[in-house]
Amino acid sequence: MKRRFVVEAVLAACLIAAPFLLPHLGAAPNTVNRILVWGLFGIGFDILFGYTGLLSFGQSALYGTGGFVAAYLLTRAGFPHVITALVIGMVAAAVVGYLVGLVALRRTGIYFAMITIAIAEVFFFVEFNPLSEWTGGENGLPGVPQPRIDLGFWNHHFTSGWSLYPFLAFCFFLGIVIALRIVRSPVGAVFTAIRENPLRAAAVGHNIHAYKLTAFVIAAAYAGIAGGLLGMMQGFMPPDAFMFETSGQLIMQTAIGGRGTLIGPLVGAAVWLFLQDFLQATLHLGATWKLVLGLVFVLLVCFLRQGIVGGIRDLYGLVVRKHAAPAEQEQAATPAGTGATQPTPSSAHHHADAAYQGPILQATGLTKHYGGVHANTDINFTVQQGELRGIIGPNGAGKSTFFKMLTCEVPPTSGKIVFEGRDITGMGVTDVCQLGLTKSYQVNQLFNRLTVRENVTIATLAALRGKFRLDLLAGLAGVPGLAAQVEQTLALVNLAARRDTPVSQLAYGEKRRLEVGLALASSPTLLLLDEPLAGMSPQERGETVSLLKSIARGRTMIVIDHDMDALFELAERVTVLQEGSVLAEGTPEEIKGNAKVQEAYLGGVHGVIDP
Amino acid sequence: MLSWANFGSQLFNGLALGALLALIASGLTIIYGTLGVLNLAHGAMFMLGGYTGYAAYQATGSFLAGLAAGTLAVGVLGIVLERVIIRHFYKRPHEDQLLLTFGLAIVFVEVVRWYFSSESKTVQTPQLLSGITNLGFMFYPTYRLATVGICAVALLALFFVLYRTRLGMIVRAGIEDAEMVDSLGINVDRVFMTVFGIGAMAAGFAGFTNAPIVSLAPDVGEQILVQTFVVVVIGGVGSFPGAVLGGLIAGEIISLTSMVNPGYAYVMLFAAMTLVLMLRPHGLLGTKGRE
Repeated sequence: MKRRFVVEAVLAACLIAAPFLLPHLGAAPNTVNRILVWGLFGIGFDILFGYTGLLSFGQSALYGTGGFVAAYLLTRAGFPHVITALVIGMVAAAVVGYLVGLVALRRTGIYFAMITIAIAEVFFFVEFNPLSEWTGGENGLPGVPQPRIDLGFWNHHFTSGWSLYPFLAFCFFLGIVIALRIVRSPVGAVFTAIRENPLRAAAVGHNIHAYKLTAFVIAAAYAGIAGGLLGMMQGFMPPDAFMFETSGQLIMQTAIGGRGTLIGPLVGAAVWLFLQDFLQATLHLGATWKLVLGLVFVLLVCFLRQGIVGGIRDLYGLVVRKHAAPAEQEQAATPAGTGATQPTPSSAHHHADAAYQGPILQATGLTKHYGGVHANTDINFTVQQGELRGIIGPNGAGKSTFFKMLTCEVPPTSGKIVFEGRDITGMGVTDVCQLGLTKSYQVNQLFNRLTVRENVTIATLAALRGKFRLDLLAGLAGVPGLAAQVEQTLALVNLAARRDTPVSQLAYGEKRRLEVGLALASSPTLLLLDEPLAGMSPQERGETVSLLKSIARGRTMIVIDHDMDALFELAERVTVLQEGSVLAEGTPEEIKGNAKVQEAYLGGVHGVIDP
Repeated sequence: MLSWANFGSQLFNGLALGALLALIASGLTIIYGTLGVLNLAHGAMFMLGGYTGYAAYQATGSFLAGLAAGTLAVGVLGIVLERVIIRHFYKRPHEDQLLLTFGLAIVFVEVVRWYFSSESKTVQTPQLLSGITNLGFMFYPTYRLATVGICAVALLALFFVLYRTRLGMIVRAGIEDAEMVDSLGINVDRVFMTVFGIGAMAAGFAGFTNAPIVSLAPDVGEQILVQTFVVVVIGGVGSFPGAVLGGLIAGEIISLTSMVNPGYAYVMLFAAMTLVLMLRPHGLLGTKGRE
């Protein structure tokens, strides 16, 4: 707990020391102030890009909005209170950010990048033309005042240079403290989940669109306050705040300093502005400085992906790990969970209606056609509560499509799905997961750069907090029951000893168990497992089958697999799919003796399948 | 103010701009569709086409030599870039690809600024196409009229490559399902390089074609790139017909709005893009294949 405030304390010390040390290094106070403004602007951008994985090229629009709203209030509108005006500018930018986000976040990836560029360009033109009466057009807004603080016994007028520094440093410090709380909150955990694997983040029950919009608005608020500070610092709000170059410089500074570090943009800005001064003033490179910085940036993107701060962090991690390595090996050597005490699975939390007694799942006439391809045709399928159902079928029988329809990942062409007496046809995968129906994937869908514990935490958060909650400033420790449920799930899938290992370092079998663990962590009443045994060694299969048996206690499960021995051992009833339709259904014994099934699998050779 | 002649000439301006945007957007969209890389340096390549063509035009006095030089130089640059840098980024996340090509764009712009200075350069209209043509109902600058034809020819050539050659078939198949093409045993490596070259050539060609209309400046590609994005979003990523349709729509929106109030050209363009995003998120002629 004590270590939690280390970053804050070190940063505070650096900010206090800076005005005493930096002048000796020849740093101009105005440059230092600019770095702080860029750094603050960058904190929000880093939450959006570094943490949530959304690379926006349109931050200039929000920077300019916040700046011009504050500057307009303080100059033309004659509003007297500087700090209040800055806050109003920030709120205005956040509101605009919300609206921009509604449009831009309709798409992801490169579309998002293109749309944000286009939107930023619109803002630039709007500032110059239709709104030039308010914004001063290409002249900008001169005469922005600096803040004055009057506490009665002490008053101070922040003007420029080192006199303004404490004000900006305080704003930056406050920005970092808030941002650190955000990234350590449950919302921050979901942000990283969206960055790593948006598909899975949605599938475990998070409303990722709402969270993305949240990240966008947070970034907008930071941009807005930074824009206001820019105008105040210069005593003039420049129209080029709206230019595409502003967004570009922010992106480059963040990438140079290190994304996903919060402090990276500040470091990047320092490098950028000092290098610019150095190249221009000392080396007399004139306008060529930007070419040099461009080349530095390209090299950095190629060879140092995590930027300067990220590079230092990795180096530190390498050194620390070298020291810690022997201990870790020892820990890994003791296979955990092999003891006799099997943890009891967490009981399912969700119940649509406690009194509901009918079948847990009922699909009628379920059909999925992709153009001419008939993946599933008219499937009728009922599962009772507490049942463990197996589904088998040759490759291409439509098993995975069937699962995707049941979890509402893809909408059926026709047919109806009823879960716990409630019609879920046409709902989204997130809502269905929140109701208590989820699945593990045939191909692992994990949060690869996060640790095992973080993975399970993300899925558990969806179960405990619902699909969207804005507990931005709450710690993870404050979510009731989180730690216990995460530990329980980890123990259940036998990964407790690997809890702090990044997923990318897990063995295949361990990843497979984590895949089941993610589905399990949302404590579903109905769990669908798509080939949980795929690709496992015989020994791993044995272990996983006993794992599945223990999971099955207290919940309903449907399992697809090719391993018939395992499935016949596990399942109480088995459904056989062939060419998109139900071929047969019955107990394992009935299926083994079914002539149609034998024909499907053995091509007409009649005989008993010998397990 | 709103005379028919004015309206007519703006309609033609829109067509000329639209044809140009269609050409640039086609290059961008086939590169993205096939390689999965959004090339943010595409605008800079457009600019480079203008400058290299300008240098060759100055040296030889032949407009055609300038056009050829601009097209080929950028094509070669595209191939070299793909081989040396970009192919190492196929497996990296989209964000890294964007950062890389964004950085490359800055390097290109700054190299040109360093070599040619920031001062704008004027490219003379070739003798044959200078002057004004009487269209019967109005007079219109001959060269602008010619750009419609020049771009149309280039688009037809691109159409031929995409729809009538083996390479084109692979490219279109790759846009539909890159993984499948890969597993069919086609040498995607070679295809990727060629596609990047062709896409770059389209940008270079457009860059020099456009040079006599607006004077050359190092940042001429930036605005074009933004317009190209809108075109691609409207038309649908990876769709060649979508790029052409989107280009024409965007060109007309910009021209016709400029006639009423130039300040609102981008606002209208953006409004059109938003409308398309709301009604058809994958673009007018786009498919769900690529995201």
